[in-house]
Amino acid sequence: MIYKNAFGRRAFDWANYVFLGGAALLCLLPLIHVLAVSFSASSAATAGFVKLWPVDFTLASYKYALNKPQFIDSFLVSLERVALGALINMTLTVLIAYPLSKERRQFRWRSVYAWFFVVTILFSGGLIPVFMVVKQLGLLDSIWALVLPGAVPVFNVILLLNFMRSQPKELYEAAFVDGAGHWSVLWRIAVPLAKPALATLLLFICVGHWNSWFDGLIYMNKPEHFPLQTYLQSVVINRDPSLMTTTEELKTLSQISDQTTKAAQIFLAALPILLLYPFLQKHFIQGITLGSVKE
Amino acid sequence: MKIREKQGGEASLHLMLLPGVLFVLAFCYYPMTGIAIAFEHFIPTKGFFRSEWVGLEHFHYLFQLPNFGSVLRNTVWIATMKIVLGLVVPILFALLLNEVRRTAFKRSVQTMVYLPHFLSWVILGGVLIDILSPSSGIVNSFLGYFGLGPVFFLGDEKWFPYVLVVSDIWKEFGFSTIVFLAAITSINPTLYEAAVMDGAGRIKQTIHVTLPGMMPIIVLMLTLSLGNVLNAGFDQVFNLYSPQVYSTGDIIDTLVYRIGLVDAQYSLATAVGLFKSVISLILITISYTLAYRLANYRIF
Repeated sequence: MIYKNAFGRRAFDWANYVFLGGAALLCLLPLIHVLAVSFSASSAATAGFVKLWPVDFTLASYKYALNKPQFIDSFLVSLERVALGALINMTLTVLIAYPLSKERRQFRWRSVYAWFFVVTILFSGGLIPVFMVVKQLGLLDSIWALVLPGAVPVFNVILLLNFMRSQPKELYEAAFVDGAGHWSVLWRIAVPLAKPALATLLLFICVGHWNSWFDGLIYMNKPEHFPLQTYLQSVVINRDPSLMTTTEELKTLSQISDQTTKAAQIFLAALPILLLYPFLQKHFIQGITLGSVKE
Repeated sequence: MKIREKQGGEASLHLMLLPGVLFVLAFCYYPMTGIAIAFEHFIPTKGFFRSEWVGLEHFHYLFQLPNFGSVLRNTVWIATMKIVLGLVVPILFALLLNEVRRTAFKRSVQTMVYLPHFLSWVILGGVLIDILSPSSGIVNSFLGYFGLGPVFFLGDEKWFPYVLVVSDIWKEFGFSTIVFLAAITSINPTLYEAAVMDGAGRIKQTIHVTLPGMMPIIVLMLTLSLGNVLNAGFDQVFNLYSPQVYSTGDIIDTLVYRIGLVDAQYSLATAVGLFKSVISLILITISYTLAYRLANYRIF
């Protein structure tokens, strides 16, 4: 291609590269700064000397965080909720999406069920009634309070059912001709065919559970039941002194400044996501375009 | 047709749906009946329907609350700014990124910009509190080089709403950029060839081919975001705000939380929540109808 104005084009290209590169860096700088703070000596951090590289490198903040029983407890609660939550969410998503992906002539109740689930996107009882129900069911301070209220992820169901509908119907029909029932078709055909979609949903569900903090805050009274993000919220955002119980802890804290320990805990809580990130990224674009093909 | 009749019984389909139906009944529909407590003097031990009925008392009280008007204004203002900029910034970014030829560079930029999307507002809140601190924050020490500041971004009621909007864009624009970029790549390349034949330069190609090609998805995103006019972002506001900035930063969802779960005024909080749910329902219905009419969008 020939440009009328080759110089203008090249100048634009350069400016564009600089701008985009700059914007991308700007997205990461705050995170890099916090990482640098977490590895720095507290005096340097408090004085504001730390920019993007650790000053007086030390692992003291990480030692402090990892030796804190509360931190470890919360980490385990988070792992438990991710495992349980992912299992329940995935099972229900598959079990709901498959029947709803059938056409009306195959499943006459399809629209009734579909609306039954979609209504929950449009309207909800609100914070207080849901809280009261969880309380009435005796789930407060139990791991189930973090897993059961969101057991049916309706948006994921919609993504998966649209994905299933975009699959060639002949595959299913052949199985029915061979005399298979819905359960074996679901298990032997629909699930294997939906594997890429399921992998994407699984990643998103795990990230969602890992990142949830508000349910832990309202349903858990005892700090040892907090998932990690709720614990982090109480330490980093609310600075709740009751969570630093022992004088020993208060003493260590005065030695290693608030700022660096907070930074270390922020980074540790983000670490699993950062480790998953290469996979997330691979499935990410797929996830956005997932189920966008409709018939 | 024989095949149709053979296609498994509907009974197994009902059975598959049963567990999901039970969970939704317990945790979505049953709480909806709990809306009743907005019309009662609710006493938790008596259950949803046995407390004393007071009709619309809580709603009358609500509309007389001095801060309710400002909370409503804050919510709509913050949410609207987020919706508008949340569309404009990713569209511009996608257009610029589309001009880049080197795939490696393009991919690296994409990877970097949507990282914050996957981190929670607790983590990003902690990061923002650190970098925006007036005493030791890196942003204020940077401003210091130019003899500006220090600005207490999170404690100054003038700055707070804009900090919310900018940080929300920071977290989410990478995500939306991908959506728009996907729309750009699906534009038929022959349209560009035709435009070049007609003597269009890059700018004219962008205006006459790329933007019209993106229009359906832009219209779709805009109409769908209409349902979010009362969602100013609870997770974000809750992790960043403080009593100093309630006048400009308090939103409906944080108000419900404080009235309901901190002050334990369950009925009043439910009334506020119901007010929001009803308006949101109307807005979402309008937005889905518009999305269906304008962009032929269906949820399923």
